[in-house]
Amino acid sequence: MSAQQMVTIDGLAVPIEGERNLLELIRKAGIDLPTFCYHSELSVYGACRMCVVEIENRGVVASCTVPPQPGMVVTTNTEKLRTIRRTIIELLLANHDRDCTTCSKNGACMLQDLARRFGVTNVRFGQADERRRLDRSTPAIVRDPNKCILCGDCVRVCGEVQGIGVLDFAYRGSYSMVTPAFGKELADVDCVQCGQCASVCPTAAITIHSSTDEVWKAIHDKNKTVVAQVAPAVRVALGEEFGHAPGWAEPGKVVAALKKIGFDLVFDTSFTADLTVVEETAEFLERISSGNEGRLPQFTSCCPAWVKYVEQYHPEYLSNLSSCRSPQQMFGALARTYLPAQLRVEPEEIYVVSVMPCTAKKFEATRNEFVSDGRPDVDAVITTQELARMIREAGVRFDDLPVEPFDLPMGMATGAGMIFGNTGGVAEAVLRAASDILEPNKAVGAGSNRRIVFDEVRGVDGVREASLTLGGREVRLAVAHSLGAAAQVLERIKSGEAEYDLVEIMACPGGCIGGAGQPNPSHLEVRKKRSKALYDVDTMQMLRRAHDNPFVKQLYDKFLGEPCGETSHELLHTDYGERRRIKGETIKLSSEEVAGQIDVGVCVGTCCYLNGSYDLLKGLMEKVNKAGIEDKVNLHATFCFENCEHSPNIQIDGGIISGVSEDDIERIFREEIMSRLEEQ
Amino acid sequence: MAITSREELNACADQFRKELASKKKRVLVCAGTGCLANGSAKVLQEFERLSVDAVGVTKSGCHGFCEAGPLVRIEPDHILYVHVKPEDVEEIVEKTLKLGEPVERLLYHHPVTGKAYLGEGDIPFYKSQTRVALANCGAIDPDDIREYIALGGYKALARAVVDLTPEEIIEEILESGLRGRGGGGFPTGRKWMFAQTAEGSEKYIVCNGDEGDPGAFMDRSVMEGDPHRVIEGLAIAARAIGASHGYVYVRAEYPLAVARLQNAVKQARELGLLGEGIFGTEFAFDVTIKEGAGAFVCGEETALLASIEGKRGMPRPRPPFPAHEGLYGKPTVINNVETLATVPPIMLHGPSWFRSIGGETSPGTKTFAITGQVANTGLIEVPMGATLREVVFDIGGGVRTGRAFKAAQIGGPSGGCLPAELLDTPLEYDALAKVGAMVGSGGLVIMDEGTCMVEVARFFMKFTQHESCGKCVPCREGTKRMLEILEKIVAGRATMEDLDNLEEIAWVVKESSLCGLGKTAPNPVLTTLRYFRDEYVAHIVDKECPAGVCVAFKHYSIDPELCKGCGKCKRSCPAGAISGEVKNPHVIDVDKCIKCGACAGNCPFGAISLR
Repeated sequence: MSAQQMVTIDGLAVPIEGERNLLELIRKAGIDLPTFCYHSELSVYGACRMCVVEIENRGVVASCTVPPQPGMVVTTNTEKLRTIRRTIIELLLANHDRDCTTCSKNGACMLQDLARRFGVTNVRFGQADERRRLDRSTPAIVRDPNKCILCGDCVRVCGEVQGIGVLDFAYRGSYSMVTPAFGKELADVDCVQCGQCASVCPTAAITIHSSTDEVWKAIHDKNKTVVAQVAPAVRVALGEEFGHAPGWAEPGKVVAALKKIGFDLVFDTSFTADLTVVEETAEFLERISSGNEGRLPQFTSCCPAWVKYVEQYHPEYLSNLSSCRSPQQMFGALARTYLPAQLRVEPEEIYVVSVMPCTAKKFEATRNEFVSDGRPDVDAVITTQELARMIREAGVRFDDLPVEPFDLPMGMATGAGMIFGNTGGVAEAVLRAASDILEPNKAVGAGSNRRIVFDEVRGVDGVREASLTLGGREVRLAVAHSLGAAAQVLERIKSGEAEYDLVEIMACPGGCIGGAGQPNPSHLEVRKKRSKALYDVDTMQMLRRAHDNPFVKQLYDKFLGEPCGETSHELLHTDYGERRRIKGETIKLSSEEVAGQIDVGVCVGTCCYLNGSYDLLKGLMEKVNKAGIEDKVNLHATFCFENCEHSPNIQIDGGIISGVSEDDIERIFREEIMSRLEEQ
Repeated sequence: MAITSREELNACADQFRKELASKKKRVLVCAGTGCLANGSAKVLQEFERLSVDAVGVTKSGCHGFCEAGPLVRIEPDHILYVHVKPEDVEEIVEKTLKLGEPVERLLYHHPVTGKAYLGEGDIPFYKSQTRVALANCGAIDPDDIREYIALGGYKALARAVVDLTPEEIIEEILESGLRGRGGGGFPTGRKWMFAQTAEGSEKYIVCNGDEGDPGAFMDRSVMEGDPHRVIEGLAIAARAIGASHGYVYVRAEYPLAVARLQNAVKQARELGLLGEGIFGTEFAFDVTIKEGAGAFVCGEETALLASIEGKRGMPRPRPPFPAHEGLYGKPTVINNVETLATVPPIMLHGPSWFRSIGGETSPGTKTFAITGQVANTGLIEVPMGATLREVVFDIGGGVRTGRAFKAAQIGGPSGGCLPAELLDTPLEYDALAKVGAMVGSGGLVIMDEGTCMVEVARFFMKFTQHESCGKCVPCREGTKRMLEILEKIVAGRATMEDLDNLEEIAWVVKESSLCGLGKTAPNPVLTTLRYFRDEYVAHIVDKECPAGVCVAFKHYSIDPELCKGCGKCKRSCPAGAISGEVKNPHVIDVDKCIKCGACAGNCPFGAISLR
């Protein structure tokens, strides 16, 4: 190592080995420099100033923002730096809701942790000026602005990784806050409830909406049979909550823990994942054989955040979404129909709890499609984190638990159902089934496309592509994780740059194993280990193709009939519809609404406004007033018609007129308003 | 008509000069924001209505002497009339325009000696100035490109485009020693060189016209008074760094500047001085005027770029510097208005001419907006290194109130407060940095003995905490807490421990903030602590405001000699703090008094005062 590639850190020469910034280099040197806003998978923000260091001849700088340069002499621990860090913590604490003892992040909060580490025991300054309203509008996430330290991690994960940008900063200076557009609640905007914001939040400003109280109530209700379904990704992460290294997997302990805290029966979502594979493969084979090219590619639909994303942003691809319900909802449907007879209990006595790595699953369970007679198929969804909390609350010593098997008939799964938790897992499971069905006479293994392991769809790249020949036909696949990567795939399909037959999308980085309900931290290195653990579990299975699952076969024999048949169509499939991205309200301009009025709405959302809609509104108002027909026209300003690229937009009696210019007002008034009035 | 070569430019200049000379007299009515606010538009109308043959009447940009506005200049007689009202116009027309006699009463009279001065060159306010960036301000109609060209406009661009290579332009700017006039003082030539040598075929040049310091209006005046100079400077910079598109980022609160710049761009395009093939060469350049929403932080270059891109105006860490990754990720140079306005004269008269003005390390001139308790407020331009004393007393005419000079706040909310002992400090980058202040954009607020320095610090802190973008913790939270402590001090509720805390946070904010706004925000506090610490201590320990400004330390009292016992004060007091029998002197209970002043306002005998 030549001397030129070294940086001196606290007197120690440290080689530069591709580190993007000084902070990474310093951490490599064994110094855990604190930060709130640095996140290796997000852009550098440089705002918290906790990672300040002194560089010779340059003074105090934030190490996350400085690329390492050979010969730099860096000091990380001086009286100056200590004062800065302690003051910053104190300043943050002053503005922070400090009810730590009752905070859901108590013990897991970075601000609390650093305050302790730096021995900040006194806050010399005043309090926060106001108490801000909590946002509990979604079943998935709770936002508490009083706990926000404005590190911007959520803003960047939502914008950069997910490509959505639901959250952003508003206002200036000490009035700054992170908020959805127009101060709306998350339920009223285009949040897909993936929860990645909660996953990166260092404090309790964004947390998972807890459902443990309902679950405890059900457990303690003697009249209920409480059944759990456990998603595959949970078993490779729960151990982290109890001090085990990422990748530690012991499904038997998860089952035992659930039994110990009071669940009557514990089933495996991997079983319904197997079922999903059978149904989705049948659907896929039907789509490619029917020759109706418009229905290809088939998009997977297991991920509820992805489904909501398509509903909001790409309704034109709704028919490409697999009609299969997700494994969670297949389980829910069967728990209401198939399971009662199997368990010999009344359907209404069964209380279904999902244990999921995911916050969007909480939202999915509440979707109208999965609620019948006012009762959701899945009563409650708890995340891996919430399960850990329940285990601790019950006083169960996790490590001392024995291992127990999942309950039958929905507890036996093949390797195909297990790998659902990884990005590429659903695609691989479908390939295992499809190749077996399409090439029944080929030998399984290398050189054949009839195989078990499809390495081409595994890995950590955001978008992965594969092409193989099955049954004499080329099958083209794409696998993407994170919605930002999904957007790239959609872009390529739309532009005609790429054509696919099957596309698997998972909204979270790494797939379900990187879900927001998983223990923190959940960064790339952790995710890699969880992913490997799931593939290891798969390797250990005797059966690795979904349709080989004897209990799945039995389910079809006894109850469902055939894949994509009538019963399965009713219970295991669904369809999705277009969804508005943002709830808009209208601003009334006229007095009372009268029946028979012509309804004229002018969008004054940002795009339309910038393109002159306010002038249109004024112009129309003038015309209406001049003509003396104020009582016959309900003229109002509205928000987004979600047709921003053709702004400005006007809506007249439900019909949207786009790209209106001021010169059009006269014509629109004559042709659309006056002529309607004359007709009346 | 289009100008496609230097020869054509020169021919145009001759022609335009002749056109101007064809008028026997010219009347220039100042149409800067200050004079407009004082009614100069009506004065201009009157001149137009009453105008006589062979007299050209035009509006002009800011003359600088805003204190004396509306201003009217008569050329070639070199007469400057001050405080001109529409009803004065007739007399000017009759006497000056027709007979060539000055109207004595409208001339500037020295406030002390009473002496009358005829023209700008004689008035002390102008006498000690050296106008380079402001040379054309007040002398031409900013809405007429012909006047700019007549005075040699766009000749520098012609030289830069036709005669010089980009490297040679940069070499000249480097040689001139020109440093950024926006506050930092970074050598302009080096900035250009970084961008010129940066990889990338697409580059941008941006003019920072987001002047936001309270009391500062240098850039506004240049943009309003001589917009073509800014466009020309921008084009020369573009040629130097290899940019084909430029932006002028100007706050929407400067509507006049926006309108005049837009008009200037339009006129320059019409003459082919912007667009494709400028002066018949390959050089192509065009300009977009970008209006900002008026966030102070958008004057910070990375926040400004974010704002142009349509993003929230928030600074980002540097590196990468804009010269490498700027607007839309492309190499970008951001120069202040005044810097760019100084470029054309350097290109015309050469680096050594520029170096002959000002100091060794800070050559050239600097504009200042001088306001506060000074006799002559306005816009001035002096050689770098002129002392504070020269500016305040020679040009500014000293303190207006008759009280003693106490301090000068220089550099706006990022600058510092300098006491009388430092009146001989030269106004240039390095000397000011040494005493804890900065040139900044050039705001200069003069304060007299009746000013409370703690209150001044509080005022500027309120401004910066309000204008902080909220990104980095030290600036967002630190300025809030500093303001909190300052408010405690002026309210008489602070302890000496608070003062220690104030100093510590001020230090942390200065050391660890992300951008220049935060790094300099504590300067008013730090300098007042450095030079006026006694005042802080007096507020805290003695519970008094030595300047007698802070209301918290004052009490309303009723002079029993003057009080007739009418009871009006008692009835008007919302706090029930006044008691007394009818026809007997009343008294105020200071503990109950909320110091609203209602009693004093209602007392018919002037018996109630605040002391």
